[in-house]
Amino acid sequence: MCTVCGCGGAGASIGGAGWSKAARAKGGATRAWKTVTPAHDHEHSHGPAPEAAAAGEDTHLHAGHRHLHFGVGPAHAHAPGLTQSQMVKIERDILGKNDASAEANRKWLAARGIFALNLVSSPGSGKTALLVRTLTELAGRVPAAVIEGDQQTEFDAERIRATGVPALQINTGKGCHLDADMVARSLAQLELADDSLLLIENVGNLVCPAAFDLGEAHKVAILSVTEGEDKPLKYPDMFAAAALMLLNKVDLLPHLTFDVERAIGYARRVNPAIEVIRTSSTSGEGIDEWLAWLERGMAKARGARAAAMQRDLSARKPDAVRAEPVDALPAPLDELAANGPVR
Amino acid sequence: MHEMALAESVRGIVEDAATAQGAKRVKTVVLEIGELASVEVEALRFCLDAVLRDSLADGAAIRIEPVAGAGWCPACDRGVPLVQRYDSCPHCDGYQVRPTGGTEMRVKEIEVE
Repeated sequence: MCTVCGCGGAGASIGGAGWSKAARAKGGATRAWKTVTPAHDHEHSHGPAPEAAAAGEDTHLHAGHRHLHFGVGPAHAHAPGLTQSQMVKIERDILGKNDASAEANRKWLAARGIFALNLVSSPGSGKTALLVRTLTELAGRVPAAVIEGDQQTEFDAERIRATGVPALQINTGKGCHLDADMVARSLAQLELADDSLLLIENVGNLVCPAAFDLGEAHKVAILSVTEGEDKPLKYPDMFAAAALMLLNKVDLLPHLTFDVERAIGYARRVNPAIEVIRTSSTSGEGIDEWLAWLERGMAKARGARAAAMQRDLSARKPDAVRAEPVDALPAPLDELAANGPVR
Repeated sequence: MHEMALAESVRGIVEDAATAQGAKRVKTVVLEIGELASVEVEALRFCLDAVLRDSLADGAAIRIEPVAGAGWCPACDRGVPLVQRYDSCPHCDGYQVRPTGGTEMRVKEIEVE
């Protein structure tokens, strides 16, 4: 079938979009088209032709005999005005499904007092080494778990497990980012302790993970000083989405021409509120500050869970409600206002 | 290449809406993409071309309506145009401008028959 005008060759089907006809002839949702002999009585290119449809053009010309088509696609679009088409308003966010799944993760984590971070960076910024150092420092003090995102291999999860911390590896295959649904499935598999720390190491990629909320409390962007100091401007979406930037591998600064102040300035151009900590997993510089930042976040998550439990408790004690009707009655409403309707 | 994931989301949204309408075919898909949204429009078109095949929207025309970027400068206390996230305020040259518009990625409407 000609994908430009929709006229049918022998046995052609509408399902095929032309550029992989042989593979698609057996495809599922295809239907037979009338046989035309010879297959074509006009000429035009039948190579890969996504441009015509992609450009959204409503008309095109054929080389052999010039005629105009109104409407792209199958032949029954040849007569405008005869089809009963109608516009349907949708107004839905393309990422709406991911965002809903992320929100469910966020509630699930909040109900358990778990402080979750989404660590994002380009490949090779030292994310995993920093995680190993962090988990070693936290060992015994704080229950933690790690979700590792990579296209392939278990290497990173194995490095984490060597510290004694449970780690789940997600291989995205051809995917360039983790999404909320992958994390939801991981949450179901990991046995996370209440009031614990969950570190999600995203796929090394400064572009795509910016758009996908996983349900984390914060994104943390890691920029190593062996990269360019202009990266925050080159990849602004990621630095705009992050609450904290870890400027990593600062032990290497004496050997480099990296301008720290300029890098921080660029990050604050795209995100005036971004916090910055200079770290090195090798020398240990900044690790205490980073651990203190983590501890503050965890304290907040713990506090929120304790407060929610308190509200739950007072809502479930009818006696208490009767004893102090004025104070106790609004508690469930408070919770509803704070958390929204329970799923 | 997260445009492929976005294209798959578009397919889901379009198919749900078209099925709900009892439509036989989707002729046009209209998307609203903000200038500051993290999506490359040409890459999205390319992915949609592949992803929409064999769906109700196979061969549908894709119309993309851009939404201009807009921001708010807290120093000047006023709205300003914003072409890039890292642009400064055209009035005070400060870099405190927060995006207020042009970050959306939505399926606006579809034409069905």
